[in-house]
Amino acid sequence: MIPGYITTNAPALLIAVPLLGAFLSPLIGKISRDARALWVLAVMTLTALIGYLVAFLVYTEGTLLYVFGATNATLAVPPDSGGIPIRIIFTLDAMSALMVTIAVTVGFAVILYSLSSDSRRSGLEAYYTIFLLMIGAILGMVSTGDLFNFFVFLEISSLASAGLVAYKVEKGRAVEAGLKYLLVSTIGGIFFLFAIGILYGQYNALNMAMLADMIQWTPLDKLALVLVVAALAAKCGAVPMHFWTPDAYSMAPSAVTAMLVVASQASLYGLFRICFTLYGITLNYATIGWVIIILGILSMIIGVTMAIPQKDIKRLMAYHAVSQTGYMLLGVGVGLAVLGDQALLNSYGMTAMEGGIFHIFNHAMYKGLLFLTAGAIIYQVGTSDLNRMGGLGHRMKWTMIFFIIGALAIAGIPPFNGFASKFLIYESVFAFSPLLSIIAMVVSILTLASFVKVFHSVFMGPPLPGNEQVREAPRTMLIGMTILAAIVIISGVFPEFFVQNLIAPAAHALTDQAGYISAVLGGA
Amino acid sequence: MRMSKIVRFGADVLFGAIVIFGLYVIMHGHLTPGGGFQGGAVVATGAALVIVAYSYEEVIGMIRKTVLMAQESAGLVMFAGVALIAIGLGTTFFFNFLANSGSLFGMTVPFGPNPGELNTGGVLPLMNIAVGIEVWGGLAIVILYMLSGIGKTKEA
Repeated sequence: MIPGYITTNAPALLIAVPLLGAFLSPLIGKISRDARALWVLAVMTLTALIGYLVAFLVYTEGTLLYVFGATNATLAVPPDSGGIPIRIIFTLDAMSALMVTIAVTVGFAVILYSLSSDSRRSGLEAYYTIFLLMIGAILGMVSTGDLFNFFVFLEISSLASAGLVAYKVEKGRAVEAGLKYLLVSTIGGIFFLFAIGILYGQYNALNMAMLADMIQWTPLDKLALVLVVAALAAKCGAVPMHFWTPDAYSMAPSAVTAMLVVASQASLYGLFRICFTLYGITLNYATIGWVIIILGILSMIIGVTMAIPQKDIKRLMAYHAVSQTGYMLLGVGVGLAVLGDQALLNSYGMTAMEGGIFHIFNHAMYKGLLFLTAGAIIYQVGTSDLNRMGGLGHRMKWTMIFFIIGALAIAGIPPFNGFASKFLIYESVFAFSPLLSIIAMVVSILTLASFVKVFHSVFMGPPLPGNEQVREAPRTMLIGMTILAAIVIISGVFPEFFVQNLIAPAAHALTDQAGYISAVLGGA
Repeated sequence: MRMSKIVRFGADVLFGAIVIFGLYVIMHGHLTPGGGFQGGAVVATGAALVIVAYSYEEVIGMIRKTVLMAQESAGLVMFAGVALIAIGLGTTFFFNFLANSGSLFGMTVPFGPNPGELNTGGVLPLMNIAVGIEVWGGLAIVILYMLSGIGKTKEA
């Protein structure tokens, strides 16, 4: 049905299509604005289709390899190289496939939304180029099996995100937020590069499978791990390094904010990939696991307590994003803390990891949805100040429904997907340490309280003076939100299907270090 | 604000030399230190020199932003395009399909010490040229945008 050259080259096309589309969009924008909008939509649709194809291939046929520049796409170790994988190799296992699915789904919804929400702005020729570059970089980060290549994509995503955060200017406030994000990302990037240098100096390899095969847990390896954890935790917005998130998330255009959530999660993916696949059980898993759990707990508590007093709708949601990242760190951290103990791993470790990974998927969907509804409200009301909204419920019915879906999902209320992943986390973390589970539940209640406040002040009551003429958001924006809302509901009603078919293979792929190594190096 | 006639004449003379040197660095990227990025940056410094010597209004008349933008996109499209052609030929993305083919840039590299054959390297020189075109356009436009923010003050 699908030609062979497309299936074999799908991992490369996953990067090539958005990049080529990005570079061509300024030239096509010369023809007309509509032509550019169509082009961007076509490129994103194609990327999404390729993404789903890649994910389908990985879930049905196992780990997918792509060797750049080789005569044969799966020839990871050429016969004359002495057993060393010399080229850049994309290694997509189930975890990568899950992240690709998340990125292309959110990317498609967000591009659709952005086509009308940002059509009134100037400077669009650069906007869509950078947007597609960012999506390409996220896809690269989650697909690559090469440490230096990961760094390159990390930098592309940082630069593109910073440019998009600063895009609105807003009398310099957005530029400040972009600069702050760029600073944190650059420092993180330098840490990461330094860590790569340490590993390369010791093992003469950059390929993750090759490194994982040889890694020893020397003092230098410990240093490298500390640098990587610090850099990627800063990039994903975990608490001691979270200060860029409220600024960047609130100043960026809403469509970009929804994509920034996915970019943060790609960094989270990098963190998990390096802890589990690169180091595996050689690292002191109990200690590192607890470090990640503590990062998670701090993010949860501080994120949600900072969110409650906020008066800016997007700043509030940004702090909730920090808090929700804590759940993912907690779930996967518990899995890491018992990595070496197969009995504990089977009894609750895997469930905790499944909960954490399912939360990554769910968070991308409902948080993206919430940011898009916030964007729709700001688009129509013209302010992001909660005190100046009010009584929009009658005017923006669909936006209100989508907001309710997103808010109930983030608070973990049953028929929505947030409940499913949080329940997995509560249950399994309770077996590990009851206190952590109680903290997680309390944070969830605070989240609900905070969103009740937002709901009341935005949608309830009589329309405030000046809001009488507010209308519903344009249709393409609503379609973008509908896609995400539908996924939130479907994955909340049928969590079993998602966990068994998407999440559990991803969690097993993370713990299966030997499988990852043998997929690249063959045999052994 | 334009510089004195001496500076402007010096810039005129040097501009050609800088551009040729930049193009040399781009063309020899696969043989000597440097390459597309470095060569493109050298060419862009030529543009910077002209901008310093003449006023912004005059430079805008000489160099057009749309051309530079098109150049930036064209360079990147060429880079990705060359990589994509390899898929069309039944190999992988970024496969060096011109190396040792005997055609353009396809000469086999002679063994042992040699002065460096320009006609080698396969797609590497093409990639270097693409990056050179892109960096040339991109950096020149960055300089132009920075200059457009300069405020004017009256001479005392």
